[in-house]
Amino acid sequence: MRGEPRDGRIVVVGASLAGLRAAETLRDEGFAGSLTLIGEEPHPPYDRPPLSKQVLLGKAPADRTGLPRRRPVDAEWRLGVRATGLDPVGKEVLLADGGKVPFDRLLIATGTRARPWPKPAEAALDGVFTLRTSEDAGRLAERLDAGPGRVLVIGAGFTGSEIASACRERGLAVTVAERGPAPLVGALGGTLGALAAKLQRAHGVDLRCGVTVTALEGDGRLTGAQFSDGTRIDADVAVVALGAVRNTEWLAESGLAAGPRGVTCDAGCRAFDMYGIVTDDIFAAGDVARFPHPLFEYQLLSLEHWGNAVAQAEVAAHNMVNPGPRRRPHLTVPAFWSGQFGLNIKSVGVPTFSDQVVIAQGSLKDARLVAVYGYRGRVTAAVSVNQAKALEYYQRLIETAAPFPPAQGAADQIESPEPVPSDVPDPKMLSHGPTVALTGHLPDRRLTLVQPAR
Amino acid sequence: MAADTLFHRITDYAHRADPYPLYAELREEGVVRQEDGSYLVGTYHEIEALLHDPRISSDRRKRTVPDETALAEQGLPPAFIGLDDPEHHRLRSLTMRSFGPPHTPDRISGMHDEITRIVKDLLGTFPGKERLDVVDDFAYPLPVTVICRLLGVPIEDEPRFRAWSDDIVAGIDPTPGEDPEARPRAAVEARKEMGLYLGELAEKRRAHPSDDMLSAFVGDGSGGQLTPLEIMTTSVLLLIAGHETTVNLITNGVLTLLRHPEELARLRSDPALMPRAVEELLRYEPPVHMLPQRTPLADIEVAGVTVPKGAPLILMLASGNRDPRRFRDPDRFDPAREDNQHLGFGSGIHSCFGAPLARLEAQIALHGLLQHLDAPRLLEDPPPYRRSPVLRGPRHLLIEDGRSGGRERR
Amino acid sequence: MNVVVDLNRCQGYAQCAFLAPRVFTLHGEEALLYTPAVPEEQQDAVLRAAAACPVQAILVGEEAGADAG
Repeated sequence: MRGEPRDGRIVVVGASLAGLRAAETLRDEGFAGSLTLIGEEPHPPYDRPPLSKQVLLGKAPADRTGLPRRRPVDAEWRLGVRATGLDPVGKEVLLADGGKVPFDRLLIATGTRARPWPKPAEAALDGVFTLRTSEDAGRLAERLDAGPGRVLVIGAGFTGSEIASACRERGLAVTVAERGPAPLVGALGGTLGALAAKLQRAHGVDLRCGVTVTALEGDGRLTGAQFSDGTRIDADVAVVALGAVRNTEWLAESGLAAGPRGVTCDAGCRAFDMYGIVTDDIFAAGDVARFPHPLFEYQLLSLEHWGNAVAQAEVAAHNMVNPGPRRRPHLTVPAFWSGQFGLNIKSVGVPTFSDQVVIAQGSLKDARLVAVYGYRGRVTAAVSVNQAKALEYYQRLIETAAPFPPAQGAADQIESPEPVPSDVPDPKMLSHGPTVALTGHLPDRRLTLVQPAR
Repeated sequence: MAADTLFHRITDYAHRADPYPLYAELREEGVVRQEDGSYLVGTYHEIEALLHDPRISSDRRKRTVPDETALAEQGLPPAFIGLDDPEHHRLRSLTMRSFGPPHTPDRISGMHDEITRIVKDLLGTFPGKERLDVVDDFAYPLPVTVICRLLGVPIEDEPRFRAWSDDIVAGIDPTPGEDPEARPRAAVEARKEMGLYLGELAEKRRAHPSDDMLSAFVGDGSGGQLTPLEIMTTSVLLLIAGHETTVNLITNGVLTLLRHPEELARLRSDPALMPRAVEELLRYEPPVHMLPQRTPLADIEVAGVTVPKGAPLILMLASGNRDPRRFRDPDRFDPAREDNQHLGFGSGIHSCFGAPLARLEAQIALHGLLQHLDAPRLLEDPPPYRRSPVLRGPRHLLIEDGRSGGRERR
Repeated sequence: MNVVVDLNRCQGYAQCAFLAPRVFTLHGEEALLYTPAVPEEQQDAVLRAAAACPVQAILVGEEAGADAG
């Protein structure tokens, strides 16, 4: 019966982490109907975090980062084919190969792709890379193996910083160019941004902040780059790490509230249409979703986090096969990690949702610390550097909206207990895209124009 | 009247064999101030939160009731188990350099074959013995041999450090109502003597280094070095911990499996289950029942009760491990249990330093014993227990094997 | 056999890096790196490591989508 939540046809568009975990959860929850996973990449789901770490360090081959499954999913996998459109009335997904896949319920988990270098001719130079897919990582790792004279990393967000770290560990000369005042500043604010800058320089990175790359030079092959301050460098590899673009173009004519900031959905992962009306058979999860969070004033959050992909996929899948009263909200506190320059950086909450920050434990000097962020007198985030065991305490403070600054008394509170401004810059002023974005309250705010039918 | 308080009953030797009903009472009661000013916490989520709370000190010198500064000053300074960050972290990291990753990642896994050999040797002495004492014949000699080799301590000196170790362990027993000075004073003395002994051994390694941890402690010191005094306090800690806890884990394991013959049979036929079975043992019958030396550095609220700064705070790990609000069917021993985030090794920054070694020893020992014995059965249940309510385990565990005893499997 | 670690859960207890040092390594004091595709001879060690993880952050399983056609 099509009306039964545990029967019918479910289609998942996007066959990466969120799509996979959703498919497994659907089966775990007793979904007995037909299940189809559609993926643009030709590979089964693989794990992306190792691509900028293990793979670039040569410790794992790029094509061997496959995800372990939790259980068999008994699905039809349609890999290597892109979804190009959605017909919400006829309830079909349109594919690039001309195929149409009918559904009773749909999960949108198309994620993001790397933001390309804006000048196509320069982007096409041999030696210019982005890093998002396993092919990207494989090609870049191969080029690093060849021992380039200098690598230019454009953008000092987490991905850019991890790439720079891997290059330095391999002994390669690296220049990092960042339009903002420091690496990671868009995600972590001024205090930890300054620490990241110090760290990069201590590891021999030629870090240039407050500049943009005005041109990538070369004739077929990259030879160098020019900067907005008039300087230039020789470089034979450039990695464009300008953040991500959400894969929502295929939804342009779907009538859904889908745009550059993602597919807007409610706390139960149900997608909104362009009029702000919630749908009941189309769900969204993972990097592509934009959802309200009660801890952050119900603003719509866009997250590019591994943990969110898993947690939101589980909630979406649960809600796809359960009737209204049994549905659950997606409320997990945002969290992510990054390994770079020998440090383990972990974050809970939303550090950019802050006006102040305090070093609650440890010290900047030792690069072992916990920074706690507050907004209007309550704790909204915490970031640990090589002090991961401390973080769960602060997660509880975030969940309970505890007062900021947090209670004193930690044995290792070494730095000043006085909070300082968190100095989170306007993302427009950065090269690196933020991996967390607060995007206001309006689900129906269309951020792209409806494209006329071709 | 005083003898009636819950903590009295928990520490009373009469309840050593089965303290679990008292723990259920404790969880029911919530956080309650005891007559001596201490607070007990027995629920999983509260213990877990306190183990990650940066305002909870492990340094007894921070206690104001009773004021412990005077006694502490007479002996060696605390080892890292009794210190807070950043000092705790500095010492623990320096010690870790010669024990585990990132600097010595292969040390423990590299001992697999050696531990297997020691187990085999110990088991080799069993045939012909009708009865054996799992503690004296097996569960005690194994970890002692291992920790001695790891540190570089001559096993022939075992009787000497066993006496010190007994005094030191007795010193941490939080038995209320006794002369509060006598046992701690003996412990302070024993620690001092053991520290001098180990410090001397380490000094000898300076000229004749070997592949053991004492040699590493006095080694080249790249990346920082322990001072001679820190070498003493740290090696005392490692020797005692290697000595007094794994013996309980193995013995409790044998006892539990003999009480659950169907699970024993399952493990015998599916040895791959052993790593998870050991985790379940760490939950079900942990070798360390409580952490008696925490102290809040500020007034903190625990489950609606304010625990004042400086008060003794006692975390009942073994009770948290049986909390039905965390574990499904907590009083059931299930070697294949999923979702087993137990507190057997504590949690947070002081989580057991030697955990990977204890795990490996218990896995190999229990596996070896199960394969070796034919139809073992308990001769005494419950067995006689060691005195300590903290490091809880049988003092003897007499068993008889069907093979040598000629009995049928029951 | 493949492995993935939920590094949000990971608190750096490093039990995996002790028990299966060919697959799990610490990068610096706390950051964990691992080999996602587990070599045949490391499978027992990885199962041991997964059981020992104090925060149960290690997922071991067959490679997902191996049945993808």
